[in-house]
Amino acid sequence: MPTWAQFMDALWQGLPLIKPELQLTLWGIGILLTDFFLEERHKYWNAIVALIGVAFSAVELWVLRLEMVKQRAPYFSGFNDSVRVDPFFIYFGFIFLAATALVILISVRYLEIEHEHRGEYYALMLFATVGMMFMASGYDLITLFISLETMALSFYILVGFLRKERRSNEGALKYLLLGAFSSGILAYGFSVLYGLSGSTNLSDIANALALRPLNDMLVVLALVTVSAGLFFKIAAVPFHMWAPDVYEGAPTSITAYVSVASKAASFAMLMRLFLVPFWPVRANWEMLFAAVALATMTVGNFAALTQTNIKRLLAYSSIAHVGYMLLGMVAMNETGMKGIAFYLFAYAFMTIGAFAVVILLRRKGLIGDELEDMNGLIHRHPGAAILMLIFLLSLAGIPPTAGFMGKWLIFWALIETKHYYLAIFGALYILPAVYYYLRIVVHMWMTDVTDPELPTISPAQWVALAAAVILVLGAGLYPEPFIKLATYSVILPLAR
Amino acid sequence: MVPIGNYLFLSLALFIIGVIGVLTRRNVIVILMSIELILNAVNINLVAFSRHWANVDGQIFTLFIITDAAAEAAVGLGIIIAFFKNRETVLADEMDLLKW
Repeated sequence: MPTWAQFMDALWQGLPLIKPELQLTLWGIGILLTDFFLEERHKYWNAIVALIGVAFSAVELWVLRLEMVKQRAPYFSGFNDSVRVDPFFIYFGFIFLAATALVILISVRYLEIEHEHRGEYYALMLFATVGMMFMASGYDLITLFISLETMALSFYILVGFLRKERRSNEGALKYLLLGAFSSGILAYGFSVLYGLSGSTNLSDIANALALRPLNDMLVVLALVTVSAGLFFKIAAVPFHMWAPDVYEGAPTSITAYVSVASKAASFAMLMRLFLVPFWPVRANWEMLFAAVALATMTVGNFAALTQTNIKRLLAYSSIAHVGYMLLGMVAMNETGMKGIAFYLFAYAFMTIGAFAVVILLRRKGLIGDELEDMNGLIHRHPGAAILMLIFLLSLAGIPPTAGFMGKWLIFWALIETKHYYLAIFGALYILPAVYYYLRIVVHMWMTDVTDPELPTISPAQWVALAAAVILVLGAGLYPEPFIKLATYSVILPLAR
Repeated sequence: MVPIGNYLFLSLALFIIGVIGVLTRRNVIVILMSIELILNAVNINLVAFSRHWANVDGQIFTLFIITDAAAEAAVGLGIIIAFFKNRETVLADEMDLLKW
């Protein structure tokens, strides 16, 4: 039994490792406190405070990275190995922080229009980010589960944030019911994993699973329940039905956040779980992932063809993107992991960019999320139309954009591992994708203006749009540094 | 001592009842209750395994899951109340504004 003094020592040694999360938590609580003193028209200060919190967290994350380089350590582990700070975590941590910052920037004006400008919104965003960061750094079943729930509970509230809007209520309720259901299934899988190994540490579980025969019933049960729970979270077929409803119902800024950050965090957790504890039984899940990836691409791409609501269309397109990322898991080699990391990076910025343009159309009395609302955007606001075109080209995977590089890496990984059929299917599915993205473009460029009012863009939205478009084009035109970053993040399955 | 298989059987039965409840019930509150059943199945599993391995991690996990279930119920009922205020219903098949 450790003594009290030993316990406190371990705590003090662990604390520096979770400083990024601590910063976010404290700033989030700070927003909740200062929100009381702000008048209605000064609520934008909450957004500024939240941005400062994100910046401080990013600085702490950078300090951790420098320290890791200086000590030449492959990773730092703290709190009895329940948190691991490794390049994987740092890469994903920066994606989460960048996504949070961009979403804060596009939220301010949107919330003012909706008359729901409250401090809780930003506080919950920061708390959700805390959950995501621990999902990427957690190395223990308890840490992973609690961080997942921290993120999910914050999102349930954020999706239902427009309390008077029926669609928002309904989206939140569906998200809550299906999210809680999937968490329950995931927790059941975790309990079986604990039963198999007698430990909640991921490395111990991996060692215990390595000693089991491949077709052991309990291993299969754990595998099926854990992957079902995670497929729910990343919205892979057959567990994708919540995504379009939640995306359409949620405030558009939160739609962007759910589709980017929650997906990236769930993917980080999925990679951590399947590359460490489930790595010894990879023969069992390779076919499962291939089948799910194919089904996800099929349903996502074909269901998107008939949508008339942009948010729903982007929801189905994001389901299709999940299919491509899952193909990277099927390849199971370094290029595949690198491809997923890069793809998530590209996906994050092009999706936030596209939703930011949709938000521009929101004004009093117009939700602005139907395809018709885009009519003639090129005449009403050429800048917004061109930005949207770039994001859509990237989403479709057309060079020279980041989306193309992501797909290229995934296909390359599949060819390296001789999964030719999957690569061919993935490439063919770009055709329907191009069709439904071009439908938006046709509405923007080739239809007459039906709605003469001009959209306006606030300075914060300009910053977010500019950052997103620079990253999408930058990572497409000059991908080397970004690919290097992604490579740096994937040492996972090899170094246990 | 009761063999561990019995506990696992009980927990699996609870889990399946919970899943069937979520999939077949119409009332949102009953669906939430079914989700609680699933989480309790997890708890039984964890405590049984904790006893089996003679280590305390599983019981700690159980405490966290109980806390999480409470938080989920709080948020869930809050959302249900917001929904009920606007729609005057708690039946899942009347949530029909959003669909393709």
